[in-house]
Amino acid sequence: MAKSSKKALSVLTNGFIKENPVLKLVLGTCPSLAVTTMARNGIGMGIATTFVLLGSNIVISLIRKIVPDRVRIPVFITVIAGFTTIVGMLLHAYLPDIYKELGIYIPLIVVNCIIFARAEMFACKNSVGMSILDAIGMGGGFTLALLIIGSVREILGAGTWMGIPLTKDLFDPAIIMILPPGGFLAFGFVVAAIQKFSVLKIKNKEIATGCGMNCAGCAAGNNGGDR
Amino acid sequence: MKEIILIAIAAVFVENFVLSKFLGICPFLGVSKKTSTAVGMGGAIVFVITISSVVTWSVNEYLLKPYELIYLQTIVFILVIAALVQLVETVLKKFMPALYRALGIYLPLITTNCAVLGSALLIAEREYTLLNAVVFGFSSAVGFTLALLLFSGVRERIETNDVPMAFRGLPITLIAAALVSVAFIGFQGLFGI
Repeated sequence: MAKSSKKALSVLTNGFIKENPVLKLVLGTCPSLAVTTMARNGIGMGIATTFVLLGSNIVISLIRKIVPDRVRIPVFITVIAGFTTIVGMLLHAYLPDIYKELGIYIPLIVVNCIIFARAEMFACKNSVGMSILDAIGMGGGFTLALLIIGSVREILGAGTWMGIPLTKDLFDPAIIMILPPGGFLAFGFVVAAIQKFSVLKIKNKEIATGCGMNCAGCAAGNNGGDR
Repeated sequence: MKEIILIAIAAVFVENFVLSKFLGICPFLGVSKKTSTAVGMGGAIVFVITISSVVTWSVNEYLLKPYELIYLQTIVFILVIAALVQLVETVLKKFMPALYRALGIYLPLITTNCAVLGSALLIAEREYTLLNAVVFGFSSAVGFTLALLLFSGVRERIETNDVPMAFRGLPITLIAAALVSVAFIGFQGLFGI
């Protein structure tokens, strides 16, 4: 019992730091750059993605023994797209401000590599309970990364944090940080800081090719499965 | 005619998919290491986005709108794109083996590329006509390829430079991307777009 709860804990905490999907595995880079002009939007996107991840992980874990290997990719995509639609509708109904700010990046949660990668790597091999923990851990890590990047950009670019003025008398905000280049800059410096201070250093080369390889892996697996 | 030219220029330079809308960052970071792979990926993207613009536009206009199924847009679009990529791959393999060999390995990657779904969603959101949709799709893909090509040139230079330890790998790539993106900000306000 103690052993299994220890494993559950490690599954839960893995996503936050050790295997942070954005900062360590370099998955889901598009939303991490696009919606992080404000810390609040980053959290909104993070929670929406976590919800989709949770739903898709649960369903995929439940149906993992029924779905034949050959058709698993289209099935996964349909499940993920279904949950994305639900999240879009919920946000539209209850949080119209965030819905408007996030715009087309809400439907684009479908093609967020994190969700597909977790379905393929974790949910289709593990029990429902573990898949829920994994979804919370990975989704939490994603939200954390978006919050960090969003905070850096909002404080430097607009002088506020969560809408609260912070740097009124200290310095004039550098507008470039909330423009597109600021996204790349903030992301770059955050990853550099992590590489500098991290004890759990992954080889640089692996990080550089992380996403390319992972996306390639997803899609290549996709193709192999279909044929 | 003027409208079409404006859409094209805006899509390539002002609202560049990668550098100002952040669509398709994964392939942008993944395959921009060498110019040759950047060209292959760019070609495949132009091909698929142009075809998918026509198909998703037709599906949206003749299927989803008349039957009030707009809420199914996300599901339908992603499935259409996935099927389309399979179809394009099969057709190319059969009838144009030379082109297939050039684009082959990049095609399956495109299903998970947010640029394709993104362009389909933007076209639906802006309610373009068919012609405008095709022009927008094609030019956005050309803009994507342009960014990929320019950036692969930059990255080939970085390879030979001495980069501080903490910045090696991903960080320096992102900072270089930021500088390329700054250059594209210069296009804002061009022709009043």
